[in-house]
Parts: sequence; structure tokens; C-alpha cells
Amino acid sequence: MMFILANRGLSRIAPLARTLGLSRLQWSQSCQPITILDTWGTIRYSTLIIGIYGVRITINLTDVPARCTLGLMPTQRSGAQIIWECLVHEGISTVFGYPGGAILPAYDAMLDYPVKHVLVRHEQGASHMADGYARAGGGVGVAIATSGPGATNLVTGIATAMMDSVPMVCITGQVPSKLIGYDAFQETDITGITLPITKHSYLVTRVEDIMPAMKEAFLLAKSGRPGPVLVDITKDAQQAKCDWEWDPSPVKLRGYRPRLAVSKGEMAKAVDLIKASKRPVILAGQGIVHSGAMQEVRQFAERINAPVAMTLLGLGGLPASHPLHIGMMGMHGEAWVNHAIQEADLLLAFGMRFDDRVTGNIKTYALTAKKIHIDVDPSEINKNVRADAAIVADLREALKDLLEVVEPADHGPWLTYIASMKGTSAVHDIQSLPDNGHLYAPHVINDIWRITEGKAIVVTDVGQHQMWEAQYYHHEAPRTLITSGGLGTMGFGLPASIGAKLARPDAEVWAIVGDGGFQMTQAELSTAAQEGIKVHVAVINNGYLGMVRQWQEFFYDRRYAATPLRSPDFVKIAEAHGLVGLRVERRPDVLDVVQRARQAEGTVLIDFRVEQEDSVYPMVPAGADLDAMIRRPHQPSVLVETAADPI
Amino acid sequence: MHHTLVALVEDKPGVLNRVASLFRRRAFNIESLTVGRTDVPGVSRMTVVIESDQVDAERVTAYLYKLVNVLQVEDLRDVPAIARDLALVKVAVAGHDRAHLLRVVDETRAHIVDSGEQTMTLEITGEPPHVDAVISRLEPLGIVELVRTGRVAMRRGDTTLSAAQYS
Repeated sequence: MMFILANRGLSRIAPLARTLGLSRLQWSQSCQPITILDTWGTIRYSTLIIGIYGVRITINLTDVPARCTLGLMPTQRSGAQIIWECLVHEGISTVFGYPGGAILPAYDAMLDYPVKHVLVRHEQGASHMADGYARAGGGVGVAIATSGPGATNLVTGIATAMMDSVPMVCITGQVPSKLIGYDAFQETDITGITLPITKHSYLVTRVEDIMPAMKEAFLLAKSGRPGPVLVDITKDAQQAKCDWEWDPSPVKLRGYRPRLAVSKGEMAKAVDLIKASKRPVILAGQGIVHSGAMQEVRQFAERINAPVAMTLLGLGGLPASHPLHIGMMGMHGEAWVNHAIQEADLLLAFGMRFDDRVTGNIKTYALTAKKIHIDVDPSEINKNVRADAAIVADLREALKDLLEVVEPADHGPWLTYIASMKGTSAVHDIQSLPDNGHLYAPHVINDIWRITEGKAIVVTDVGQHQMWEAQYYHHEAPRTLITSGGLGTMGFGLPASIGAKLARPDAEVWAIVGDGGFQMTQAELSTAAQEGIKVHVAVINNGYLGMVRQWQEFFYDRRYAATPLRSPDFVKIAEAHGLVGLRVERRPDVLDVVQRARQAEGTVLIDFRVEQEDSVYPMVPAGADLDAMIRRPHQPSVLVETAADPI
Repeated sequence: MHHTLVALVEDKPGVLNRVASLFRRRAFNIESLTVGRTDVPGVSRMTVVIESDQVDAERVTAYLYKLVNVLQVEDLRDVPAIARDLALVKVAVAGHDRAHLLRVVDETRAHIVDSGEQTMTLEITGEPPHVDAVISRLEPLGIVELVRTGRVAMRRGDTTLSAAQYS
């Protein structure tokens, strides 16, 4: 047992503590004089006094049991301290936030805790960073903001996390409890505002309620179907003190029962359906990643020899190089995948929710197929598609049960048929087009995939580049594609990539963003620069809000209302932040510039000037039948001037 | 099709808002919603009547369970249940044959709970269709004010949805 006693600056000694091998510590603001230790006659200890950065630290080595040491700890804590105590106990080492009046007590207490705080440039960045941090690292992301505008700025990030089931805890300051309801300065009803976009929320007005709320918030965020939880804490609750001790007992909630046992009847139905099927397709969603069922899905697919189609958020759940991996489904999915789904006689939906971008016209969706739906959230069953067998359970547990009873099958002819459809699609692929001197975004993304050997964590923004990423960067591992799927939040990419890098500091992280979305949260470049982290920002710059332009081209008679976009010189923007900025205008330069970017110090931006009016193919128009796809013309129909041409 | 959903919920601030917001957010139409305390402190009981098909009623139930403060939900559609609605109706007395009025009151099992110079206030309790029927009989007399509680409901027989298990 070891004590570290210091008045301030515990965050600075956290690295030292780690060097000393202190993995689990009772962090506390220890102003208790050392003589208290002397009152315990049985304690043997030696004392080290070390100075780091001018902070005096006393380390006491003792061999007393934990029970006794708790008794030595000062037990009075302010609400602000309790917030950090709870975060440390939850294993949080990094938070993203922005200070302000109502959260100031918490910020003051922060200095005494071993938690890294990333100062964002806008609170939306904090919520996206916490999101990217959670998705990349698999833990809970934490965002902190003050009341009023600070809290409302989190909203887009909270909604993004809600739609994509990302575990996140947002802590907001609130005006003092006596002022609630009086339209005080920077007062806003943030629990009310976020009611439909959080899994749950708390308004805490008493210091005693902070720990229970924090503990519940973390449990709710990460259990069952994960999601964002908001804890709004009044300033007076942060300032008040109470007797406090960490309560290690598990949270008991009267009404929240996320796990449900696998129903034997539904299981038997599922087994029969699998046995009877000749043309099965597994639909693999993000539930695989959440439940950690990668191995089980792979085993299951191999056992019944069924092709696996991926949702956008499922990508990486099965390695793209696996022979049964047939690609992404849906609006911009592979043509053969959508055809296979429409012709299947059985769909096995694993942790996916039949989003409208996945099904197309729901009335004509997979009419010949029976459906087995496995999801942890009972409200997803029969929501969009009627299930013939529904298993409400953690996917990994359900698959383990299924693997015990499902017999091997061979669907050779079905797989051969799908492969033959794939063969005819290749002519539509831009990769098959001759190099005409223009720089195409799919080429850029495919080149980045080759150069990074498919090992990077890629964070995207939203739009054409996002879909091209899903098509041309092949993901082998879970948590290597981080993208806003459900909400489609432009501006997500850059901040989420910063969060991802902080969660996985050893990974190569790429933010692939469009020129539109990038400018929504461009200010976070400054955060990356301040943190001294390395993110590769690839701006797919086509001078348009590309996906909207594509819709205008297809469905609005090429009337480009408000989609042409004039951007600043992104290279200079990077340089203004003290970062490296590079530009690519021709395909032959991609390799060299990407390699230079990888070797550069710190965050680096590459401005890829790509073909302006390219479109993402195939495309199922919104609401159309899934197999009614618009295909890429054999030759690009229009080649207007590109950004590579002289301006 | 009417579905009467009974929900035991935690008696905490904002719970009614969470439930109501859920119906609004998912575009379900609430016909009536009543909330009240139970015999167990900290547990409230809601009765929500919605017009929906069976699939949607099941969805609503699943969504309700996602609310952390919701303890238990039961759809009384397919089980024998007692439902009651209460209405207070103020009718004009002036210009009416008082004997006729009293006869209507008597026949409809309404109670006179208050009477003034110009009006008389009746209380009607019963199955919601009964309350509807009484109100339409009273209409010709001239209803000047009306309030209804909305439906409360409970299973018949010995099966219970007891709040005590959550005490």
C-alpha cells in the first residue's frame, strides 16, 4: 500500500505513479498532516520526498491493509472533488471540455486529480472527441461543459452518440439550484433539451447525490445498448461539502434491466430457420463490436458457410479479407450485396437495426427472406422489419448458444452465384477506369489504404468521402472505422479523430474529411496542435458540398443550390497552426505526399484537390427498392474542370 | 384499437415528462394519461390509453422499458380488466323541469355533488363508455362545464401488478 500525499498537482505526478507501478490508487485531496499516520502504531512506512515541477510530493510506503488506509483518508469532499473521484474510480484518464462559470468549481478541483483534460475550441468538439475516444478505445468518453451555451453546444455530439449507441458521459455545470427556473445568466434546461437524445440524464442539486448519479451514469452509458448520459450538476452542489467515501458496491437500479435471457422457443425457431435455409445472408452490425462478438460471428459464418454483409458501423466486425465478407449493404453498398439480400431466403441480423439507409423501400425489402433478429435492445425487434425469430440478448452470448446447436452447412452454389454478380460489377468500379489525369477521391482513399496497409484507424466526416471510405478502405479490425452513421453529423471527423488518437496513442489515425464538414469544426486543428498529437487530416476537396450536389445532380436537375463551396487555402490554414500542410493535385503524387505526411512531426493536413463532380456509386435513391441502384456509368459522364486545373 | 397500458414508475422529478416525451418523440397519440401515487412510497402508477395496433403497442411497451425510471409495464388489452373514468359535469338547471332532471340523474347513476342557483354539478363514475353515454344524455340539458380524469384500470381477479415488490 502506498500513499501519495500532495496539496496540488496530482495530475503531474500521475506518470511518476505509473512508473512506480501504482495501478490502483485512492486519489484524494490529501491535506491531512502526516502525523496522523503516526497515530497508527502498527504502521511501518518510509517516506520519500520528491520534487517535480516544483510540486512537493510525499510518498509513504506502508504495508497497512486497505481497510485501515481508508480510515486515514480525509473524508470531507466538495462536490467538485467528488466528480473527479468518481471519474478516477471509473478508470477515466482523459476528458474533453471547456470551462465556464457554472463548472468552475469542478475545474478548480481537477488540478488535483490524475486526469488529462483536453481543452477544445468549441464544446461540440468535446462531445465528438469523447465519442471518438469511446469508439476507438472501447471505454466511456467524457465531455465537460459549463451551463447554458456550453451545454447546448454539446447537443449535436450527444445526438450523434445516441444514434450510434456510443457510451458517453457528459458533465455540465448548472446555475446554483436557487436560481433554477429564474432565467439566470447562462441558465438553460439542458436535461430537458437533451431528453430525447440521451439514454438517461440527471439534474443534481445536492452534493450527496453526485456520486450515485455519476455511478449510475457510467453504468447506464456502457451497459445494454450503450448511449450518452448527461449529468447536470448545480454550482452550489459542486461547492458544498459532505462526508464522502467511495462506495464500491454495484449500482442497483429498480427499473433498468438491459440483459434478457435467450428465449428457448425463439432459439429453436432460429435453429430451424437456419437449417432450412439455402440462401442465407448474415447482416453484421455494430452490435458485434459492442458485444465483442468478432470471433463468434466469424465462427458462425464459417459454420453455416454464409456470406456476411456489413452495415456501415459494422465494418471491421469481420475482417474485410475474410472470404465470406461480401461488403457493405445499403444505399451506397456493393451492388452484389444488395442483390444478394433481395434474393436471400434468410437474413440473420446480428446487432443491426434495419435503418432506412440499409433497407431502401421497406415494403419491397427482402420479401423472400425469413428474418432472424438478434439485438440487445428489445425495442428494435419488429420496429422496421418483422422478425420470424427474435432473440433479445447480448449478441456474443446468443451466438455462443447458437454455436452449440447449429450444424455445419454448405452454401457453395449460393456463394458462387454472389461471386458471379460481383464479377459483372467490376466494370462499374472507378478502379477499373483508365487514368485520365484527374484525381478521384476513391483513388485517394484506396491509395491511403494501400500505403497504411489497412492498419490505420480512419475517422470520417459525413458525405461522399465517407461512403468512398467505406467502399475503398478495407477494414480488418473492429474500431478502426469511426464514423457518424445514424445522425450523419458533418463536422464529426476532425474532433472525433483527436479523441481516437488520445484513446489509441500508438495507432496511426487518419481523419478523412470533406471540404465542407472540415470547415464546420476546423477550429479543433488548434486543439490537435496544442495537444501535440499526430492526426493525419486528409481533406477530400472538391469545391462542393459533394453529397448534396450529387443529389441535386440526380434528383434536382443539376440545380446546384448553395452547394458550390469556396474554401480557404487549407495548406496555409495548417501552417497557421504551426502544422505541416501538403497538397496533392495529381494521382502520381499521392504516394509520395502521403508518405511525407506520415513522416512529419505532429498533425499534418493534406489538401487533396479531387474531381469536382464525381458521384458515389452505386446509389439506391432514398425510398427506392434496394436492388434499384443507380450504377456508375462506364465512362464518367461529365468531366468539367477539376480543382487540379489552373484557377 | 385501444390499448390501456399500466406502468409502475419511480416517483422522481421529470418522470411524467420522460413518458410524455417518449410518446411525442415516437409519434404515438395519447388518448388519456393519468398518474397517481400507489400504496408504496416512491412508486407511482400511470395509466396510458393509446390508439394503436398490436405491433405498435408492443413497441411502446419496449420503449417504456428503456426509460430507466419505468419499473413495470402491462398492456391490459387482452386480459380481463376493470376500467374507470370519472367526470364532473356542470349542467344548467334554469328552464328545465327539475323532476326530469332528477330522473335523468337517477337513471344514469350520476351523483349530484353540488348545486347552485343556475347549475347543478354531477359526478359520473364508470366504464368510459358509460361516462360517454351519460354525457350525451346530459347534453340536451345544457352542459356548461365538464372535466374528465381519463381512464384508470386494473386487472380483474387475483393477478396483481403490485408496487410492493419495488418498495
